[in-house]
Amino acid sequence: MSHFTKPAAGSWTEHYPELGTEPVDYTDSIDPGFYEDERNAIFKKTWLNIGRVERLPRAGSYFTRELPAIGTSLIIAKGTDGVVRAFHNICRHRGNKLVWDDFPNEETSGTCRQFTCKYHAWRYSLEGEVNFVQQEKEFFDLDKQLYGLKSVRCEVWEGFIFVNLDEDAPPLAEYLGPLVTGVEGYPFHEFTEVYSYRAEIGSNWKLFIDAFAEFYHAPILHMKQAVKDEADKLAGVGYEALHYQLQSPHSMISSWGGMAPPKDLNMVKPIERVLRSGLFGPWDRPDIAGLDPLPAGINPSRHRAWGVDEFEIFPNMSLLFWAPGWYLTYHYWPTAVDKHVFEANLYFVPPKTARDRLGQELAAVTFKEYALQDANTLEATQTMLATRIVSEFPLNDQEILLRHLHKVAKDKVKEYRDAAAAR
Amino acid sequence: MPLLPAEFADLERFADWVLPTEPQRYAKRLASAMPQMQEFYDTAFPRLEDAIAYCDKFPLTDLPEDARALLHLMQSLVNVSFPVEVWKQARVPDSGAAMVHLIREPVV
Ligand code: FES
Ligand SMILES: [Fe+2]
Repeated sequence: MSHFTKPAAGSWTEHYPELGTEPVDYTDSIDPGFYEDERNAIFKKTWLNIGRVERLPRAGSYFTRELPAIGTSLIIAKGTDGVVRAFHNICRHRGNKLVWDDFPNEETSGTCRQFTCKYHAWRYSLEGEVNFVQQEKEFFDLDKQLYGLKSVRCEVWEGFIFVNLDEDAPPLAEYLGPLVTGVEGYPFHEFTEVYSYRAEIGSNWKLFIDAFAEFYHAPILHMKQAVKDEADKLAGVGYEALHYQLQSPHSMISSWGGMAPPKDLNMVKPIERVLRSGLFGPWDRPDIAGLDPLPAGINPSRHRAWGVDEFEIFPNMSLLFWAPGWYLTYHYWPTAVDKHVFEANLYFVPPKTARDRLGQELAAVTFKEYALQDANTLEATQTMLATRIVSEFPLNDQEILLRHLHKVAKDKVKEYRDAAAAR
Repeated sequence: MPLLPAEFADLERFADWVLPTEPQRYAKRLASAMPQMQEFYDTAFPRLEDAIAYCDKFPLTDLPEDARALLHLMQSLVNVSFPVEVWKQARVPDSGAAMVHLIREPVV
């Protein structure tokens, strides 16, 4: 029996008939050919979030991003006009990587007036024009206009910086569509206390999205994180979401949210009782505007027991809002068919007191304990998928976002392959 | 020279847990045996409320050195609370070879 109302079609999955209900083929997560096409069909054609504007506080602020998924390194910089721009991180003289510190493959950030190449000192403005060429007279009618940095499309939505290698892609807001833009107005800019995590994961990028886009596993894999009685109860009840919504290529899950604060303090660990915080974040909502009421796109079923919404912004970003008033993002950056870099960012309002600070510390520490358990399962999954002993898997109604993700990825790759075959 | 405020002299013997960043705290946790962490927890946990009250006499952005050290010690207490309260071991169970690194954090 379900605890929360499902759509008239009988299940969330059948509410979206294009998804089907048959077992799903996971060859898309182990086939190197599929991975190569995915990079072209998806990562090189889609808006990708590469950070937030808070990382660029003033004119001249910049950071670099290494993105093997799209085969390049980017410089993201704020110009003297306040505009955020993205450039390929390559010098127009002879191709040196323009911005890096000691190790060419490591990301860097800082503030400068212009970018100077380490090799022969060509200099570029924050807007990407070349404005100094060493011994310019030695060149042959060099038209500096033609040698600016190669720019990449870059748009900012609600403070999130997105890039897209595809010149023909529709604008970002149109791409995000009403599902994602329904969260506009959330006070993202207030959440400047940031904890960033990075992990190298031995699995296909989609498998980690799978792990985070269903909560069916939570009462089982994370059983030991709850006190014994609570864990037994959770495992018995299982998991059901309040609401799911798809708007291809994006999707979301809306969930009841557990214990913030818990009904019975014996349900949580001693440190949580003292610090009034835990996995769901600090229990006391920060005193800022914009959290009550929340934007209409958050908690769409307006359920009283609501605890968290997770938006899957295709292809590789998750955006989560917790009821007590904080948010986080996950990114999954493929580096090979069976490897990716996972990034997580936790965003809190700046703490005013030591009590606030320790509450956030506990939320951050707890996040890492869970993430370690989630991450570790993936390598095991990847190695067994790769055996091809079994390639089709039955996904349940609480795994609808996984079914959707794999379908979208396969559809995009198919479209790309069909177009290539027709050429 | 004591690191902590005089009122917290009982915690001074855990001064090697006064660590400003999460990577340092987590590394020390992994390198510690359970009895060590249990002893630290058993002594520090009952002082957590007092420590918060002490630090909250000052603005968080302008803590005196000894209060800052106390807060760093309590941040370590938060980190070891998992091994002590739930895992009964330093590492997260079922986390095998997985590593998750904190790469940017607000440091008090
Ligand atoms: S390669 Fe950059 S100045 Fe020569
Ligand atoms: Fe999980």
